[in-house]
Amino acid sequence: MTERMGFFTDTSVCIGCKACEVACKEWNQLPDDGFVFEATSYDNTGQLGASTWRHVAFIEQTRPVRTSGDGDGGVDRWLMSSDVCKHCTHAACLDVCPTGALFRTEFGTVVVQEDICNGCGYCVPACPFGVIDRREDDGRAWKCTMCYDRQRGGLEPACAKACPTDSIQFGPLDELRERAADRLESLHAEGRPEARLYGESPDDGVGGAGAFFLLLDEPEVYGLPPDPVVTTRDLPSMWRWAGAAALSVAGVVAVAFSGGFSGGFAGFRDGGRR
Amino acid sequence: MAECHPVGFQWVVEARARGAKVFHVDPRFTRTSALADRHLPIRAGSDIVLLGALVNHVLGNELDFREYVLAYTNAATLVSEDFQDTEDLDGLFSGFDPETCSYDPKSWSYEGPAEHAPGETLEGGLHHAAAAGADRYGSSGAAAHPSPPTDPTLRHPRCVYQILRRHFARYTPQLVEQLCGISPEDFAELADAITANSGRERTTAWVYSVGWTQHTVGAQYIRTAAILQLLLGNIGRPGGGILALRGHASIQGSTDIPTLFNILPGYLAMPHAHRHTGLDDYLAREGGDTGFWGNRRSYLVSLLKAWWGEAATEENDFCFDHLPRLTGDHGHYTTVMGQIDGTVKGYFVVGENPAVGSSGGRAQRLGLANLGWLVVRDLTLVETATFWQDGPELETGEMRTEDIATEVFFLPAASHVEKEGTFTNTQRLLQWREKALDPPGDCRSDLWFYYHLGRILRERLTGDEIDRPLRELTWDYPEDGEHREPSAAAVLREINGVGPDGRALSSPTQLRPDGSTTCGCWIYCGVYAGEVNQAARRRPGREQTPVAPEWGWAWPANRRILYNRASADPEGRPWSERKAYVWWDAERGEWTGHDVPDFERNKPPDYVPPEGARAEAALSGTDPFVMQSDGKGWLYVPAGLADGPLPAHYEPHESPVRNPLYGQQANPARRTYPRAVSPYNPPRSPRFPYVLTTYRLTEHHTAGAMSRPLAYLAELQPELFCEVSPLLAAELGLANGDWATIVTSRTVIEARVLVTGRVRPLRIQGETVHQIGLPYHWGWGGGGLVTGDVTNDLLPLVLDPNVYIQESKAMTCDVRPGRRPRGRAMLDLLEEYRHD
Repeated sequence: MTERMGFFTDTSVCIGCKACEVACKEWNQLPDDGFVFEATSYDNTGQLGASTWRHVAFIEQTRPVRTSGDGDGGVDRWLMSSDVCKHCTHAACLDVCPTGALFRTEFGTVVVQEDICNGCGYCVPACPFGVIDRREDDGRAWKCTMCYDRQRGGLEPACAKACPTDSIQFGPLDELRERAADRLESLHAEGRPEARLYGESPDDGVGGAGAFFLLLDEPEVYGLPPDPVVTTRDLPSMWRWAGAAALSVAGVVAVAFSGGFSGGFAGFRDGGRR
Repeated sequence: MAECHPVGFQWVVEARARGAKVFHVDPRFTRTSALADRHLPIRAGSDIVLLGALVNHVLGNELDFREYVLAYTNAATLVSEDFQDTEDLDGLFSGFDPETCSYDPKSWSYEGPAEHAPGETLEGGLHHAAAAGADRYGSSGAAAHPSPPTDPTLRHPRCVYQILRRHFARYTPQLVEQLCGISPEDFAELADAITANSGRERTTAWVYSVGWTQHTVGAQYIRTAAILQLLLGNIGRPGGGILALRGHASIQGSTDIPTLFNILPGYLAMPHAHRHTGLDDYLAREGGDTGFWGNRRSYLVSLLKAWWGEAATEENDFCFDHLPRLTGDHGHYTTVMGQIDGTVKGYFVVGENPAVGSSGGRAQRLGLANLGWLVVRDLTLVETATFWQDGPELETGEMRTEDIATEVFFLPAASHVEKEGTFTNTQRLLQWREKALDPPGDCRSDLWFYYHLGRILRERLTGDEIDRPLRELTWDYPEDGEHREPSAAAVLREINGVGPDGRALSSPTQLRPDGSTTCGCWIYCGVYAGEVNQAARRRPGREQTPVAPEWGWAWPANRRILYNRASADPEGRPWSERKAYVWWDAERGEWTGHDVPDFERNKPPDYVPPEGARAEAALSGTDPFVMQSDGKGWLYVPAGLADGPLPAHYEPHESPVRNPLYGQQANPARRTYPRAVSPYNPPRSPRFPYVLTTYRLTEHHTAGAMSRPLAYLAELQPELFCEVSPLLAAELGLANGDWATIVTSRTVIEARVLVTGRVRPLRIQGETVHQIGLPYHWGWGGGGLVTGDVTNDLLPLVLDPNVYIQESKAMTCDVRPGRRPRGRAMLDLLEEYRHD
């Protein structure tokens, strides 16, 4: 493996222009998500999904403000944040993929191979962030590749390239972590103690994200899980228990298997999004 | 700025990272506010109160950069005894004629004998105003006395400094609170920040866009900022300035090489049919003889030589009579009225979509429907080309396709990646772009279209005298490829101009009045210096100085900051080490520095012009504003503006608020079109109680023809919406995501509701004033994947008298929950509103 590459998304300089969303779709030739007015601030694409690999969240916050107006709760903070696949160190999607369609690249990123994915959908509930998703029309799973093809050609990912304010930074993960620590320190020095990093620590529940963030509020505010844990964390111990129990219940399992196979998979097929 | 110029906003983000403090003044909390240190919500249409109060704060506390102000502005200049201020005349300046609603600027002039006043000042303002005269001074100044009497102590009651003090004395923080809705505490924070951040060591910049220009007092908004920046010494210095963000790529270019009716390339005035009998007469009346405009004969003769070549000779006034002539106002909205009246028969619409993009869409479409022929060139089949088969007037029954006789020609256009040429950005920077791919099908570049149209017209000319101007035109460019695409580089070289040896010139100072040089636009002279396309230079910033002189090419003469002589003190030394930019090198006897000096290279700071000197020689070594006839930055404008020598706060044409400053409610010189086709909401009408402002979103471009057909943009903002505060939503029963109907005297439209605390009600004169925001990117067609009602149909046809820009940033409206009525019922609702 060459150096592990990553994204550092500094939301404190995001201007919500959505150039990342558009550049991602242009480069990866993703379909649109339909034309629906969501009436949720300036966000009309909702969330990450099979055809939205970068998604900008808009959070309008009301706080007591100095104003000569009526004080009806004007917004004084408009948080914007471009979300993306976290490319986890311990990636559950990859762990559960039965076909090997999901793999760890030489850049340390996690990529789905579209010609191998069979659409089983195991990866969808496995992701602790709710990132990976299946497309309704072809059933396969899709997500951010951190522009694997561009990286192979020596280019930075399309979203980072398009970002006008360098809110999205791409580079060797170690270097990004240093840069993020510096940025955090300077924001704290400016008197912005609410600034925090999210997903940068190798000690967190996913072993550290390959795409991490600087946030200005609690992760939940941005729709991010506060303490994500790789969903396959307990698999080894589960397998030990399963092994011990296996002999005694083998007959029962065989009966259940023959009777419930097709129905068991049907539930996954509803996983697609609008 | 983050909303509409996100790429440029990266530099604001970078400045902020280096410690700059950013204030954002806007009626709404926008994406720009999100990254600013402080957002000041303001009532749309009240900015002169805020800026005027800042001027008053600076003057009242003597916080001006006195050395700069004394040396480089007209603060000390004495004004004529005849001048009367708005303070004397309850909101009017002297010289107002209520019959024509225009000013005679004679009484505004500097003190001095009347016979020395320039012809234009003596002639009065009506002709001037009728042809949007002020617009011609885009980069320059009108003529004024070159060396008027002054009082350097600034104590004389008629010196500009004292006139300013009296004029702005009532622009107080309390007035700001009353009219803008900005608290005295917030005002103080802004005032302290900009004054503390100006002077020798520091500079402050103001950045604006059409939020300042699209008002009936738009030009005066910018003027107020100019006064403030001159007082604080923030012009001609790095980090200072008033930065206009243009609304489209190369809009700067389209005023430099104009698509405007009243100017020729390089801001030379378009001749008038009745005022200018010949070349000498024209040159005598347009502009002063001192400063660089004193060379205008060289600029104009070189232009005429570029256009008519060998045919232009000294004997025939260099074909001056071949130029078209004005007879008055031929601006956009007057042209539309001419269409409705049947006096305008044909119309070229190129890269514009007036049926959706201009104010008062109904009047626009009625005009289009009354034409003989219409040519539309665009990337997509825009609404202007299809109004006759699917316009909103068909639904209401006001128009029937079979009654519309207009013959419409739609010609598909090549996009910017399908043709070569330059963009000129707001910084006057010309950047060459290559063609990336051939245009598809029948799409062609504008250059191709006009070149071949001209060629074909010329083939059909007769020997008749009336055809002579077209027959004698130089019209020979190298062609390339199967479609015979003319060479854009050859056009740029023609614009640059050549000398007697046929070689490309390198500077406007080489232009001659005798016909020995050619130049298509004098300010662009040098863009092809050394026979090299200087606009195509792309040396990366990291390989050169921070000024980056080898990236593209900036007019004039590749100067990146205009009037940069002002970055040095009168003796020619930098005001401070920190702000050093250009300075006088006494040993070598020349100006030098980081940028190309915007000054004669060898004119020493102690140069005193001899008696009778003209052009640039008439300016002293301490006159940085080299385009002005007196070389000074004008705090007070003795000539050149249609609505007064100083800015005064007037309410928008449609406002729910009384102007407490003067009896004069709105700009007395504003241009109106009082016609039944597009009536106005009465001022302070209870039927139209809300302030309406319109704007653009990051996700779309103008009327949407370039963004609504693109799925990746259309999905990001799929529908027209109106932004309302939670308080107003509760009052009117508007539900988030539901529909609202917006009404003005012009029309009724519907939009989805976005309830947001980013729009705040303001306390104005003790009353709650609600503002409603509407983006304007939607129309019924234009190849859009998403469509919607036309916001601009709501707008009144009322203009700034200087530049004829419509007031689209502040008007009044009513809002109702639910969708609008359809067909005839919509007209009935409109009638109710008009007559109630």
